Amino acid sequence: MIYVDIKKQLHGTKGLMDLDVNFEIEDGQFLALSGLSGSGKTTLLRILAGLEDSVSTIKVGEEIWQDKNTMLRVQERGIGFVFQDYALFENMSVEKNLLYVNKDKKLAQKLLELTDLTELKKRKPSTLSGGQKQRVSLCRAMMNRPKLLLMDEPLSALDPAMRRKLQNEILALHKEFGTTTIMVSHDPAEIYKLAERVVVLENGKVISDATPQDTIVKHTGSQKFSFEGEVIDIVKVDVIWVAIIAIGQQLVEVVLSAGERKELSIGKKVKVGTKAFLPIIG
Amino acid sequence: MMEFFASLDYTPFILSFKLAGLTTLILFLISLPLAWFLSQTRSKAKPFLEAITALPIVLPPSVLGFYILVSLSQNSPLGAFFENVFGVSLVFNFTSLVIASCFYSLPFMVQPLQGGFESINKNMIEASYIAGKSQVQTVLQVVLPNMKPAVLTAIIITFAHTVGEFGVVLMVGGSIESETKVASVAIYEMVEMMDYKGAHIYSALMVLMSFIILLAVYTFNSSKRIGGFAK
Repeated sequence: MIYVDIKKQLHGTKGLMDLDVNFEIEDGQFLALSGLSGSGKTTLLRILAGLEDSVSTIKVGEEIWQDKNTMLRVQERGIGFVFQDYALFENMSVEKNLLYVNKDKKLAQKLLELTDLTELKKRKPSTLSGGQKQRVSLCRAMMNRPKLLLMDEPLSALDPAMRRKLQNEILALHKEFGTTTIMVSHDPAEIYKLAERVVVLENGKVISDATPQDTIVKHTGSQKFSFEGEVIDIVKVDVIWVAIIAIGQQLVEVVLSAGERKELSIGKKVKVGTKAFLPIIG
Repeated sequence: MMEFFASLDYTPFILSFKLAGLTTLILFLISLPLAWFLSQTRSKAKPFLEAITALPIVLPPSVLGFYILVSLSQNSPLGAFFENVFGVSLVFNFTSLVIASCFYSLPFMVQPLQGGFESINKNMIEASYIAGKSQVQTVLQVVLPNMKPAVLTAIIITFAHTVGEFGVVLMVGGSIESETKVASVAIYEMVEMMDYKGAHIYSALMVLMSFIILLAVYTFNSSKRIGGFAK
């Protein structure tokens, strides 16, 4: 069980903000941390890692990492951390990146096999693709056999196909090592696939803490289906107005009524749905 | 021709390079922790420390030389201490030149190193801490190997700058044959004694060597440019 009670004043984009977060994580749980940028997610991870000062109580099992009298240094926490920009040691080969953390050659070999990197172990990071780099970074994080694995948007710089492949590898490693994992992510599909629990932060506070089903698959309104999107453009086609709306990677056109036309503006977040939808079964 | 070159007295040059080599070595060891601290600190004292470090760039060498002379002479507590305890004088000898050069060339070592440290991805440094490594291990095994051009720049520029110093050396060391008479001072003396031929030869040698050194740095750094010059 990991107990976290974190308080810190942050200089956010909108002035001062209090990060005030309190939760527990069961051993082996996979927790996704979500929320708008500037809501304190990365700072929360950095405090857990011991990279940032705060007034906090952090207990991992029986071990106190931080409280009024204790402040375990980052070197002593034995965590794994995966950065969005990989942060590999550029001067070392793939294998040396792993062995720098821990001299355990067997473990390094096993991790490289699990992630299909064995053939690349003598290569320098600068010669690898983004996906390969992030796999090395993931392996490096596991070399500590961490009780707690922290990942800060690890896959957001990768293309969708590489994301899916790495999601599987993250899940495999999480299970293989029985690690407790906290991952910052904005991708609902990724959260749904990986996490057992989603904590959503807003302005430094937890506004939602539930399963991905309850958090992501929203049942607001009486729509039969609905998607969230952003208005990219509003154009006039002959006599009607049409909104171009981005839903994930897709663009859709929606015909607007005169009233809707007045309310909408470019950049607005909207829900697109239908109420009178009759599925045809045949 | 060969005979002519063989007949030249190279002692001032050897002295200049000995001085520059020692100064560079000492400054490298002093500047590593200082530059690392300056690159990592968020302390309010940082601008003060940076300003003090950069002072030798803007001060006339005579001012620097004067203060060093005053603080090292037998009349000063430091000079008296060395005189009484170790029986060595800290002025007008080679030791005093090394001390003075270390002050004079400090910014040329610290600034490129600090620039190199600041150019290193912070996450990479933190990844090393997370891996359980201390600051010293991190600097030696991760940071320095990833900023070789900045390290090379710092070392070469410090060396070249020390070879090229004149005012401070003259103030603190005077011009004692085989002890403090470095190449730049020797040239000055030759001009004073109207030995223009000797001055020409020494000066041309200085220009040639300085150019070769700088060319080497720029050639090496143009491929992988990190860090920068202070001048």
